Amino acid sequence: MSAIPVSPAAESWELPSRGKVGMLSLITGECAIFTIFVVGYVFYLGKDVSGPTPGQVLDIPVFNTICLLSSSVTIWLSERQIERGRIRAFAALWALTLALGIEFLIGTALEWKKLILVDGLTIRTNLFGTTFYSLVGLHATHVIIGAVGLLVILIFTLTGHINESHTERIQTFALYWHFVDAVWVVVFTVVYIVGR
Amino acid sequence: MKSLIREHGARALRLIFLLVLLAAPLAAPSAWADLPQQTPSTFAPASTPAFSIFGLSVFALAITGGIFVVVGGLLAYAVVRFRERANDDTSEPPQIYGSLQVELAWTVIPILIVVVLFLTTARIIFAIQDAPQPKDALDVTVIGHQFWWEFRYPKLGIVTANELHVPVSTPQTPQPTFLHLLSADVDHSFWVPQLAGKTDLIPNHPNETWIEPTHTGLYYGQCAQFCGVQHANMLLRVYVETPAQFAAWVKSQQQPAVEDPQVAAGREVFETHACANCHAVQGTGAVGTFGPDLTHLASRDTIAAGAANNTPQELFNWIKDPDSIKPGCLMPSMQLSENDIHELVAYLETLH
Amino acid sequence: MADQSIPIGGSLDVTPQVRERLPLLDRLHEWVVTVDHKRLGILYVLYALFFMAVAGAEALSMRVQLAVPNNHFLQPELYDQFFTMHGTTMVFLVGMPILFGIANYLVPLMIGARDMAFPRLNAFSFWLTAFGGILLYWSYIGGFGLYGMGNAPDVGWFAYAPLTTKPFSIGSSIDYWALALIVSGFGTLGTAINIVATTLSMRCKGMTLLRMPLFVWLMLVVSALTLITITPLTAAQVMLLLDRNLGAHFFDAQAGGSALLWIHFFWIFGHPEVYVLVLPVFGIASEIIPVFSRKAIFGYPAMVAASVGIAFVSLGVWAHHMFTVGMTSVGNTFFVLSTMLVGIPTGIKIFNWVATIWGGKVRFQTPMLFCVAFLFQFLIAGLTGIMLSVAPWDWQLHNSYFVIAHFHYVLVGAIVFNIFAAVYYWFPKVTGRMLSETLGKWHFWLFLIGFHLTFDTMHFVGLLGMPRSIYTYQADRGWGHLNFIITVGAFIQGIAVLIFFWNVIVSLRKGKEAGNDPWDAWTLEWATPSPPPAYNFASDPVVHSRRPLWDIKHPDDPDWKYES
Repeated sequence: MSAIPVSPAAESWELPSRGKVGMLSLITGECAIFTIFVVGYVFYLGKDVSGPTPGQVLDIPVFNTICLLSSSVTIWLSERQIERGRIRAFAALWALTLALGIEFLIGTALEWKKLILVDGLTIRTNLFGTTFYSLVGLHATHVIIGAVGLLVILIFTLTGHINESHTERIQTFALYWHFVDAVWVVVFTVVYIVGR
Repeated sequence: MKSLIREHGARALRLIFLLVLLAAPLAAPSAWADLPQQTPSTFAPASTPAFSIFGLSVFALAITGGIFVVVGGLLAYAVVRFRERANDDTSEPPQIYGSLQVELAWTVIPILIVVVLFLTTARIIFAIQDAPQPKDALDVTVIGHQFWWEFRYPKLGIVTANELHVPVSTPQTPQPTFLHLLSADVDHSFWVPQLAGKTDLIPNHPNETWIEPTHTGLYYGQCAQFCGVQHANMLLRVYVETPAQFAAWVKSQQQPAVEDPQVAAGREVFETHACANCHAVQGTGAVGTFGPDLTHLASRDTIAAGAANNTPQELFNWIKDPDSIKPGCLMPSMQLSENDIHELVAYLETLH
Repeated sequence: MADQSIPIGGSLDVTPQVRERLPLLDRLHEWVVTVDHKRLGILYVLYALFFMAVAGAEALSMRVQLAVPNNHFLQPELYDQFFTMHGTTMVFLVGMPILFGIANYLVPLMIGARDMAFPRLNAFSFWLTAFGGILLYWSYIGGFGLYGMGNAPDVGWFAYAPLTTKPFSIGSSIDYWALALIVSGFGTLGTAINIVATTLSMRCKGMTLLRMPLFVWLMLVVSALTLITITPLTAAQVMLLLDRNLGAHFFDAQAGGSALLWIHFFWIFGHPEVYVLVLPVFGIASEIIPVFSRKAIFGYPAMVAASVGIAFVSLGVWAHHMFTVGMTSVGNTFFVLSTMLVGIPTGIKIFNWVATIWGGKVRFQTPMLFCVAFLFQFLIAGLTGIMLSVAPWDWQLHNSYFVIAHFHYVLVGAIVFNIFAAVYYWFPKVTGRMLSETLGKWHFWLFLIGFHLTFDTMHFVGLLGMPRSIYTYQADRGWGHLNFIITVGAFIQGIAVLIFFWNVIVSLRKGKEAGNDPWDAWTLEWATPSPPPAYNFASDPVVHSRRPLWDIKHPDDPDWKYES
């Protein structure tokens, strides 16, 4: 109740969604963390004093990558479903996204098993081991966090707690998942294409 | 009276205070006028790069001083001239929201100042950092350790510690010394203010610097990058000598260790009590490199990287318990008997 | 003095006047579980003031040790822990929390919002920061270090590798340092996210971005900057922890690792960090100076542009802390240029403040005294910064007491002075009582004298070749007299701060009642009762200019007629 007449300009007052702004801010900070690890990775390429090199032990994780990047498509499709209130379709696509994410994690675990047990590459073997496990591990940690989030939302959906009114929150979470996938594009390129 | 103080006192007093405080350290006679000769003042350059830096610093000081006088003066004027008076009415002054011309003016002028200062600075950076090394320059390799300096003169076959001897440079016979900087452990920094700016010693990252001293004398410096608990006692002494003095010093440093039979007992203590694990004495079986080379220890003025004078008593204390002089240094007390230490000191004192 | 009820929807306090005072435990519990931005803001500030006293004590101990050459007041191990903890504490447990705490309190009020965007995240962030601080200080007593002195980190707040790696730092002091700062760093990130979301998504009707108070603008810029400033430090500290505990080789020279990489990463954090610390106080000054000059801020759009410009350019200057590490001449030259350039928008801000005072009617109550001192001191600090940007001169000045003098001129002369100004200015709003003007003036003058005695002198002892991080110095260096003066000034500052604490305690009980708007100010927080009710505004305000209360107090001459 101000003493000044309300001007028409103030009638429509639209501000961005705080959830999305918050999530984008979080993503910005996370990008900075990943940038530092990527810089470290690139800086130390070729500087190993000993031990296996990337070219010797790394296989390109094609299937893993296809799964993870497809999960961005499936989560996008699921967002479109919940926008229209189609909860069953939403749940199916959401579960598929989670499955693809879990596949990626399993694939990473199998890759690491081979590197550690067969190639003898650990974080303390040489600079490559140090930078590889820390960068890829940092990304995998974020996938795990995302998968946990996906799972929790899936459980809420299957128990009937999610409906069309939650669309915006679903979209906010999806931003995180897209970010995780985008980081993988960078990590994949740096580690398996450029660095090999 | 009170109203007068309220009107003028606070502001004027403040300005006077500020000026007094800014000037006080300059004025304090004991703090400035009779500084000891060895004060490593950046305003007392004695070597070509230090002179360049000094000239640049005076120029920068003039510019920043000018800015301070102008802006500070305007600010001081504003707070005095536009203060609320006791007899003012309660109306608000005219509200001025901004002025594009004024904003442009005080954006463009600083940009111009930056251009001038930047170009001047860039010139000096290239002049010092990219100075070519003359063929007859003296080469010294400096290796930083916790908490002492190793000096090697590769072309002269000399290894010594903590006290650097270099020849003076004259316009007729220029004689710069180029220093190759390495580290055996953590980051250090070589800083002798009167001879040059500092350059860091970083493991796995060799650095270069150079000095060209123009006046003979003794110049003080010390490590300038925190390197651990005895960083404060990693001191530097640079002896700038005439060519004759320097040649004499080189000759004596190139000799193997003096062998005086009178101190054979001390030499035996040295060789049998693990001293040789860390220290080297040319011409004996001691070839340790963790600690300073002791071949010519007695030719140095200080021990423990300047933490103590090189006298028999101090040497005794040092060997008995290094922590008593340099707590936390990496030389352990070897738990020798007092008699052994006396003999050891007698031996070391012969190593000229 | 405007104390009349201001017809913006805040002045109606509809909570019942008589409230039963709950038992002490219940009141404490309320504070522990609160998600109210005002209470969290107060908690942040109290937390920071406590650690300011602790870090101040560490500083005074160091000054006693350095007052005379070859002193034996502090053993070197303890001195090294003190200078490390003093710096770490002041940056992470005092500077950041107090500024984010003030922002927490004021930002929602200034934009007419009910609370921050994410109140529970707000509380979580505070407790993370608080826990990080306790973890850091636990290091003093948690286990025995190499020399039996406890385990506090002793490697400088910049913690250069490889000194911090396992071979050179036995024990767990560095692990405490890294973990504590990672934890409190997450707290800082949470608050930064909160402030960005709040300022972008919760402004009241009519408050476009270009009508926000400058303090809110600066906090938006600072919070966005924080997102990409703290995170590089977190990454580098994770790398250090991996080196120390899992055998990684990030900074292991023998395996090809690089000490330089730490230095780059640290200063990529470290330089923008000092802008994170100073930009909020630009906002505070931009609120206080206009009110006490009785004029609108001069050049609001320029101030916004300069703030954003400073934030961007500050990301590109970090290697001016590294002029001596052996970068190429081209590399050094680049960072000389970028550093000089960041001085330009900074200077523009000073000019705009002077222009605000120009032609005004300046009232010299305590908040303004601190702000005027800030202006002089920040001018000097900026100029010594320009001196340091001249790389060849920096080859002399780097790691000397000249640098310590410069950054304390910014941290104390600009930031602490402004924090005191902020406390004197907003204490009435937070508590409903005025701080004593008499005690305030004693506090101000003593602090000013002590500050200049210490930090003016410190420039000279640096020019005379005294390096930093040394627990003692030789008698024949000629530094003894100046160091003694510096120590005397430090103790005078200590006394001034004690007077300040006394002022706060006494005024809480017996201070003059403040009313809504004791300073006759113009931003929305002054429309609420003092202290504001939990919900801030009884109904959402609507604004039409940058100074909504000016418009109400001057209906014939409102701001929106003149604002571009």
